[in-house]
Amino acid sequence: MTEIMLEIDNVSKIYPGRRGIFGTSPEVHALKNVSLSVRKGESFGLVGESGSGKTTLTRSILHLETPTSGSIRVQGQDLGKLSEAELRRLRSRVQIVFQDPYASLNPRMSVYDIVTEPLVIHHETLGLTNRQRSDRAAELLSLVGMGSQHLHRYPHEFSGGQRQRICIARALASGPELLLLDEPTSALDVSVQAQVLNLLCELQDRLGLTYFFISHDLAVVRYLCDRVALINRGEIVEQGDCAQIFDAPKSEYARMLIGAMPEVKVPA
Amino acid sequence: MTAPLLSIRDLHLRMSSFDGRAHVLNGINLTVNRGEIWGLVGESGCGKSLTGLSVSRLQPTPPAHYTAGEILLEGQDLLKLSPSQMQRLRGKRIGMIFQDPTTNLNPAFRIGEQLVDVALAAADRDPEVIGCAPNAGRRECRQAARKLAGEMLTRVGIPNALARLDDYPHQFSGGMRQRVLIAMALIGRPDLLIADEPTTALDVSVQAQILELIKNSVKDFDMGVVLITHNLGVVAQTCSHVAVMYAGNIVESGPVAAVIGNPVHPYTRALMSAIPTRETRRGELRGLAGSVPNLITPPPGCRFAPRCQFAQPACTTAMPAPVSVGDNHAAACIRVNEMEALVDD
Ligand SMILES: Nc1ncnc2c1ncn2[C@@H]1O[C@H](COP(=O)(O)OP(=O)(O)OP(=O)(O)O)[C@@H](O)[C@H]1O
Ligand SMILES: Nc1ncnc2c1ncn2[C@@H]1O[C@H](COP(=O)(O)OP(=O)(O)O)[C@@H](O)[C@H]1O
Ligand code: SF4
Ligand SMILES: [Mg+2]
Ligand SMILES: [Mg+2]
Repeated sequence: MTEIMLEIDNVSKIYPGRRGIFGTSPEVHALKNVSLSVRKGESFGLVGESGSGKTTLTRSILHLETPTSGSIRVQGQDLGKLSEAELRRLRSRVQIVFQDPYASLNPRMSVYDIVTEPLVIHHETLGLTNRQRSDRAAELLSLVGMGSQHLHRYPHEFSGGQRQRICIARALASGPELLLLDEPTSALDVSVQAQVLNLLCELQDRLGLTYFFISHDLAVVRYLCDRVALINRGEIVEQGDCAQIFDAPKSEYARMLIGAMPEVKVPA
Repeated sequence: MTAPLLSIRDLHLRMSSFDGRAHVLNGINLTVNRGEIWGLVGESGCGKSLTGLSVSRLQPTPPAHYTAGEILLEGQDLLKLSPSQMQRLRGKRIGMIFQDPTTNLNPAFRIGEQLVDVALAAADRDPEVIGCAPNAGRRECRQAARKLAGEMLTRVGIPNALARLDDYPHQFSGGMRQRVLIAMALIGRPDLLIADEPTTALDVSVQAQILELIKNSVKDFDMGVVLITHNLGVVAQTCSHVAVMYAGNIVESGPVAAVIGNPVHPYTRALMSAIPTRETRRGELRGLAGSVPNLITPPPGCRFAPRCQFAQPACTTAMPAPVSVGDNHAAACIRVNEMEALVDD
């Protein structure tokens, strides 16, 4: 039997309405009865339009948001039932890479400080000495195809693709098993995107990682993912094997998204 | 014969920076007629934005120096205009959508006021724009401009547009602000629209909507468009023509069907093969190794040579000139005529 890495069970999230100086805003149903399960070692894609609830779901998996109802389990552990200490330990196993490599790196921290920060945060769980941390930093950079000569430089000295590599190195620092990738390549050039996608494939093969991959770009999802779920206004409208959904979409929404997808191919 | 809407001829631009002088545009030639949408593609740092900024003359000199060439708008050289003459052209004859903060919305003014101001400025040249009689009073013009502002917001997909005219920019989400900027660029019915990555931050369905809007505006107002993007999919969906830029040169250009259907320049082919397709197997995406060269000391001859799989010693002796390979389709590579045989193996 395949092991389940992440299980989202009937999760709903309602942001309460607010009364402010610009009038009242109604409550927002950001997630409605979302259920899906991600198997260990696979790449699971989540696709949906802006505002459809993708980031809300990611934040819930990181326990930065508490679902209004339903439960989220990581390797069988229910996030809602864990103690603070257990949650901290779990967090070292679930990491995230964000869309914008420019915004998500602190310009005043060196690459060394950036990639070792999670080691400091998860010190309790990982318990590394300073010496071990330095070794780990060099190892992480080489994993993402950079070198230890980059360790003492600052983010502004790097290109977009290199910054995204640094973000990936940081996410890998605590030795996670599940990586949440929130549009990791959409701010990059196609050439750099290709390099980052290849890197993600390679890392998954080497480290046995599980990916939860969020994207607007269906071509990228089809390339990287084994299975995919489509989300529209907080509801999952279709999920299944990538090949099946791309070749024979069942829902109107899937057909619309796939129809809007441009194909560019070098003729042989 | 009338002059083309936009004709950039042999434009050379040098940029002074701390490290030296960079040859950032190195003999750009581009002609855009009314009714055409030209995609300008290439990796970041290839000079796409500087080409756009040059046409709207928003690139300050210094640090920029135009060392040769001309930028003709219906025959008039924009490089020879004074700042105030240029100011009058912008927003009226040349509309712009940039992600650059200089053209962003002013946070202190309501969305509607900002749109109305642009519409009224454009109406000075052509009262048709807001649909007012030439002798109409100020009040009447303002009202007409406000009505138009509401219509434009609706056209760019802002729900409940009339009610939102009195909002301030901070009350709009990022994607909505981008749509307001697009409305602002189109409201004066410019002859030429320069759009620099207008949909990069938006998702596929909003992107499709905005691109459709640009296409319809080209038909309705008979404009010409330069659409800067690094997304070849967007080009395939939207543009009539495309120019591929590499390190300050246009390396391949022509009608979209010709260039995308039959790319001949090794750089164009490499860019296209970096996009995953239905057939791409996992882990087998052919990335384009290396990066755009430093333009202070660019490589000799063909600037793509250090990354080109077909490079030969002859490639580095002189900058390749564009070679015609079909109707209006050209590529700057000394081996274009061998390309068919080369890619077969
Ligand atoms: N803190 C909040 N308070 C109120 N509403 C919120 C909050 N965070 C998100 N929302 C709303 O919840 C819905 C889902 O938002 P979410 O950020 O998950 O979208 P997304 O799918 O990640 O979109 P994008 O592709 O633009 O990143 C939206 O309608 C959003 O406006
Ligand atoms: N203000 C500036 N000063 C010096 N160099 C610049 C400046 N702006 C752009 N450049 C350089 O000019 C080249 C082209 O830049 P740009 O037109 O912004 O590229 P693109 O839009 O294709 O990404 C790059 O090498 C960039 O570093
Ligand atoms: S001129 Fe030579 S190096 Fe340049 S693109 Fe052609 S084959 Fe490659
Ligand atoms: Mg999001
Ligand atoms: Mg640019």
